Amino acid sequence: MRDYSEEIRRITGINPRKCMRCGKCSAVCPAYEEMEYHPHQFVAMIERGAVEELMASRAIWNCLSCMACLERCPRSVEPSRLVEAARLMVIRQAGKNHLLPDEIPGLLDEELPQQALVSALRKYGK
Amino acid sequence: MQRIGVFVCWCGSNIAATVDVARVAQTLAKEPGVVYATDYQYMCSEAGQKLIADAIRDYSLTGVVICSCSPRMHEATFRKTAARAGLNPYLVEIANIREQCSWIHKNKEDATEKAVILGRAAIAKVHLNAPLTAGKSPVTKRALVIGGGIAGIQTALDIADAGFEVDIVEKKPTIGGKMAQIDKTFPTLDCAACILTPKMVDVAQNEKINVFAYSEVEKVQGFVGNFTVTIRHKARYVDETKCTGCGLCTEKCPQKKVPNEFNLGMDNRRAIYIPFAQAVPKLATIDADYCTMLKTGKCGVCSKVCSAGAIDYKQQDRLEERQYGAIVAATGFNPISLDAYGEYAYNQSPDVVTSLEFERLMNAAGPTGGTLLRPSDGKHPHTLVFVQCVGSRCDGDGRGKSYCSKICCMYTAKHAMLCREKYPDTEVYVFYIDVRTPGKGFDEFYRRAVEEYGVHYIKGQVGKVVPQDGVLKVQASDLLENRQLHIDADMVILAAAMEPDKSARPLATMLTASMDTNDFFTEAHPKLRPVESPTAGVFLSGACQGPKDIPETVAQAGAAAAKVIGLLAKDSLTCNPCVAKPDELMCNGCSSCEKVCPYGAITYVNKEFRGPNRTTLLRRVASVNPAVCQGCGACTVACPSGAMDLQGFSNRQIMAEVDAICK
Repeated sequence: MRDYSEEIRRITGINPRKCMRCGKCSAVCPAYEEMEYHPHQFVAMIERGAVEELMASRAIWNCLSCMACLERCPRSVEPSRLVEAARLMVIRQAGKNHLLPDEIPGLLDEELPQQALVSALRKYGK
Repeated sequence: MQRIGVFVCWCGSNIAATVDVARVAQTLAKEPGVVYATDYQYMCSEAGQKLIADAIRDYSLTGVVICSCSPRMHEATFRKTAARAGLNPYLVEIANIREQCSWIHKNKEDATEKAVILGRAAIAKVHLNAPLTAGKSPVTKRALVIGGGIAGIQTALDIADAGFEVDIVEKKPTIGGKMAQIDKTFPTLDCAACILTPKMVDVAQNEKINVFAYSEVEKVQGFVGNFTVTIRHKARYVDETKCTGCGLCTEKCPQKKVPNEFNLGMDNRRAIYIPFAQAVPKLATIDADYCTMLKTGKCGVCSKVCSAGAIDYKQQDRLEERQYGAIVAATGFNPISLDAYGEYAYNQSPDVVTSLEFERLMNAAGPTGGTLLRPSDGKHPHTLVFVQCVGSRCDGDGRGKSYCSKICCMYTAKHAMLCREKYPDTEVYVFYIDVRTPGKGFDEFYRRAVEEYGVHYIKGQVGKVVPQDGVLKVQASDLLENRQLHIDADMVILAAAMEPDKSARPLATMLTASMDTNDFFTEAHPKLRPVESPTAGVFLSGACQGPKDIPETVAQAGAAAAKVIGLLAKDSLTCNPCVAKPDELMCNGCSSCEKVCPYGAITYVNKEFRGPNRTTLLRRVASVNPAVCQGCGACTVACPSGAMDLQGFSNRQIMAEVDAICK
C-alpha cells in the first residue's frame, strides 16, 4: 500500500505536524464556501494519513491556488503547497506527470476563476 | 479647641471626575474645628505632602483629615508626613472617597454629597483622636519553614545563606517532597533527583539549618518577631542519634506487604523503611500501623540486626517549644482524588494512572526500575492516551476545581515526549481543552513533542474509558475534525488537578493566616505582596499559595526568604499602638474578652483599688499585652460592661462618626 501521506511530505518538504491549528489559512481562503474540506483540514488529513479522502474530494480542484494561505501561515506549513501536491498525486495516479488540457474542464468549477489551471501549467507544463 | 486641616485629593481624574473636590473642600471648611481646607491634584505626591506639612506648621493644626484613596494605600504615607511636620501621626484620619465613593458612583451630584458626608465623619472622629505612641518589640532571629519540599528547602537555604538560623519542619520521614518523586523536569529534561539531591545535602550540611523531619507543628502562639511554636517530633521508634542509615533493618524486616507511599502504592516496602536512597535525614523509621512488634509484641528482627542498637520500640512522641521571628508556610500540594471520576475507570483498571504515578513508572528508582510496563500485566504498552484537565477547570460538576492547575500541560508534554523517545514503537495521544504553555522555552517544548516526537495532540476530551478484553476502550472527541474517536489504549494517564496539602487548613488556623475557598494561602496583595500572608510575620512559599511549577516555586521561595531576612535583620519592630485597653474601673473580671481574643493577648491580674473609707479592694481585671494585641476589636464587642476599648478606634470615636453621617 502506498503511503500517500509520506509521499506528500517528500514532494513538498513540508512537515504538517508543524501546524498548530490556528485556522488562519481557512480564515483567509477566498474559496472557503466552495470546499467540502478546508485548508486547515487539508493539513490535518495529511497528518493523520487520510490522503485518499482528500484526493477524492472536489475541494482540491476548487482551490484557487491564490497562495493566500501560504502567505499567512505562521508556521510555514503552507496548505496551498500541500493541496497542490495532493492534486499532483491524483495526476500521477493516472500515470502522468501533468494534466492534458482536455482533462481540465471536467475538474473545474464554472463559477470559479481558473487559477488551478494556471498553477498546474506553470509548474508541470512545458 | 481643635484646629483641623482638611485636604481633598483629586487623584488625577480618579476622584475629581466624579466628585466636585473644590465643593467638598469648601463645604468641609465650614465644619466646626476646621481652620483650613483645600484640594490638590495628587495629595500623595511630594508637592502634596509638602502642602500638608506646611499647613500643619502654618495653621498649628491639631488634627488632619485627608479625603483620598483607601487608607490601605497611603495611610502610612500621610502619617509619616504629619510626623515630619511635628504632629503625632495618629492624629491623621483618612476619608476614603475613592474606592468607597468616586469609583462606585456615576452621578457627580450624589458622589459629591457622599464625599462631604465621609469627610464630615472623619472630622468628627479626629476631634476625639488622642496622640498615640508606637512601642517596640524585639525580634527572635530564627525562622521556621513548614514543609520540606523544594519550596521549603530553597527558602531555608536562602535564609541560612544570610546568616540566620532556620528550622525546617517536615511531616514525612525525609525532606524532598514531590520533586523527589518526579522523574525528569521540564523544559530541559534534566533528572529531578540530580538537581534536587545536592540541595537536600546542602540543607543537611548547613550549620544554620535544623531539619525536623517526621515532625509536625502542633501549636503557634505569639506574633511577628516573637512566635512560640510547639513542634511534635513523631516517634520513629529509631534513635536518631544512633541510626547510621545502613538500611540492613529495611532488608530483614519480615513485614513485606506495606504499600510504598513513595511509589504511590504501586509496590511494597517493609514496616521499617527509608523512603528512598538519598533521603535526608537518612534514618530508618518504623511504620507503627504495620510493625508486628509494635502491634503484637512479637518480632524484634530489626532490633536484632541493628548493629548500632538504634531501635527503640518504646520511643514516644516528643513535644518541643521553640521561638521564631518569622514563619514560612511551604506545605505544597497533592493531586486530587479521582474516585469521583468514574468515566476514566481509574478505580477499575490499574492501567489507568495519574501523572504522578506515571512519573514513578518512568523512574529508575520506581516500581518497574525505569522500564515503562503496564501495571496490570507487566507488558510493554503500545498505545498511550493522556487526558489533560482531569478535575481542573471544572467547577460545574461538583467534583473538580475551578482553577487551572497550570503545570499539567507541560508535564504531559514531557511524559508524551519521553515515551516517544524511549519507546518509538508507541502511539501517544494527548487530549486537551487548551494547551497552556507560557514560560521560557515552554511553548517550544510542547511544539517539539508534536513536531519532532510525533505526539498526537487532539483538541477534545475523553468521554469514557472502558476496560475490556485486556485493553482500555477510549471514546473521545476530536473537535477540530468534528468526529468521535475510538482508541484501544494500553494505558491511560490522567493529569489530575492539584490541590493544597490537607495540612494547610489546620496550619492556617494556627497561624491565623487567611485562605481562599480552595484552601490556597492568600497573599497580602495579589500583585505587590505575593509572598507575604496578610498576617504579619507569616510568609508563603511554593504551591501552598497557588499552583506553580518548579522554576516558579524556587523563585517564590527566594522571594519569601528575602522578606524573612528583611524582618530578621531588624533588632526590633514597631508595634501598632491601636490596641485594646481596658478601663479597669469598669472591668468586672468576667473573662469574656480573654475567651474571644484570637491572639492570646489578654490575661487577668489581681489589682488593688482604693475602696470607700480608706479600704483597699482586691479586684480581678483584664490586662492587655500591647505587643501581642493586633487591634482586631473582638474584645470590645464581647465586653458586657463596656470597659474594653480600642485605642484609635474607641467606641466614642465610632459613635461620633455614625452621628456625623446621620446628621
